[in-house]
Amino acid sequence: MSLLDRMLAVDRRWIFLLVAAAVTVPLFLELEQKIEVTQESRGVADALRALPAGSRVIMACDYDPGTAAEVQPMAITFLKYCLSHQLRVIIMGLWPQGPMQADLALRDALRDPAVAALNPQYGVDYVNLGFQSGNEVVIQRMGSDIPAVFPRDSRGRPIGEFPIMENVRNFGAVAYVFNISAGYPGTVEWIQFAGDRFHAPVGSGTTAVSAPLYYTYFPRQVTGVLGGMKGAAEFEALTGFPGKGSRFMLSQSFAHVVVILFIVLGNIAFFLSRRRKRRAEGAA
Amino acid sequence: MSVNLGVWVGALLTLGILSFLYRDNPVYKVCEAIFIGVSAGYWFVSLFWQNIQPKLYLNLRGAVETLASGGGIDSRWLYLIAGVLGVMMLMRLLPKAGWIARWPLAFIVGTTAGLYLITYLQSNAINQIHDTLVPLVGRGEGRFLFIALPFHVDWAALLVFIGTVSGLVYFFFSVEHTRLAGKTARLGIFFLMITFGASFGYTVMSRMSLLIGRMDFLVGDWLGLVH
Repeated sequence: MSLLDRMLAVDRRWIFLLVAAAVTVPLFLELEQKIEVTQESRGVADALRALPAGSRVIMACDYDPGTAAEVQPMAITFLKYCLSHQLRVIIMGLWPQGPMQADLALRDALRDPAVAALNPQYGVDYVNLGFQSGNEVVIQRMGSDIPAVFPRDSRGRPIGEFPIMENVRNFGAVAYVFNISAGYPGTVEWIQFAGDRFHAPVGSGTTAVSAPLYYTYFPRQVTGVLGGMKGAAEFEALTGFPGKGSRFMLSQSFAHVVVILFIVLGNIAFFLSRRRKRRAEGAA
Repeated sequence: MSVNLGVWVGALLTLGILSFLYRDNPVYKVCEAIFIGVSAGYWFVSLFWQNIQPKLYLNLRGAVETLASGGGIDSRWLYLIAGVLGVMMLMRLLPKAGWIARWPLAFIVGTTAGLYLITYLQSNAINQIHDTLVPLVGRGEGRFLFIALPFHVDWAALLVFIGTVSGLVYFFFSVEHTRLAGKTARLGIFFLMITFGASFGYTVMSRMSLLIGRMDFLVGDWLGLVH
């Protein structure tokens, strides 16, 4: 069997193994990869930087553990930045597991020295309103009456107890909405209802699969889009809170190199085999 | 190595699912069945406690108590309509009464269409058109490669404009795709292919990210080899 035949007949499990190695080995390396920041990611960071201390921001967590590898670093970085810059964070979710993921992100964010130094308090500096069913209708209703949609927080306490929720009636009391999205309901609905209908500034952190769909709304309908793990790494670089997004970029790059290599080899093998077949047909 | 039972269960189930990459096997089947079962159970419990109990049961109970104490009929009785529509939806399970489920479905389709008619028109049509119709050329100095231009050119906007027009021409079937229309449509195909390619690239990146997350869980949280 020639090399060409071997290339065409390679068992795909070898490819799986190589991809697994390409992803895993860099996790053990202490190398840092340079992160090129895109305009779309910069838009989120710039919007946050423009907010004065004490502003309320909504972090809408519309994702679940299935996509946490991509978007959880964004949630952690967003919380770290907001809490260390005295922005008050209202957490909520249109996906049942979203606010639970936010609790995990909070746990990580509160450990950061810059955040811990300010000792943020639940109900004063941040609150988790939990999940509310109803998809985009929830956003629509929040435009007129947030307390009616979220009468209690995720722990069942009335939101009237919390200073952070004082005088919060609708999006007018919120300076920025950051939606972390893994599909429907997600960024499209936040743009359509909170952004375009109620004129709330919306930013998005999303899975890489969804990112191309949301770039079309940038920059007028959405202030910025963090696309996938790369977007998370860019956000970490912009805010100065390096985390898993940056650490995983090396694995991401190695995996891409393997994929590209196999695409190139596969195409070379395909064209060579086609030429050999034509020659054989010509000789016959 | 982790001493957390939950982490061990997660790690073994992850390995069980990944074993499919070698070949289909009973361990994979078990892990798949567990995943489907747990998901279905989780959603059932979640929807019950997030919807039926707080929104239907508690509201209707409150409405009944108000009525019983002489407070009259309040707006919470409207939840009864939602409850009835929900029960009607379940009629699909009965072969002879399946047609009843069409009524709540019609309600859902109607309300969704009403909700989205203006929303999509505003967000995905008018605002998108508005963002595409931007000045392509303006005052000031511009540059094309190494050549200085006496006017400013927004190259990104120009590219979007060409891509939008040629893409629309490709989907405009009232004119035969020959001569200028044919060439423009062909250019539109290039733009569409580049778009699909970019989407595919992002999809690969997304899947790799999920794999990285799992691998980090295995070598970090489970085996404790990476901190």
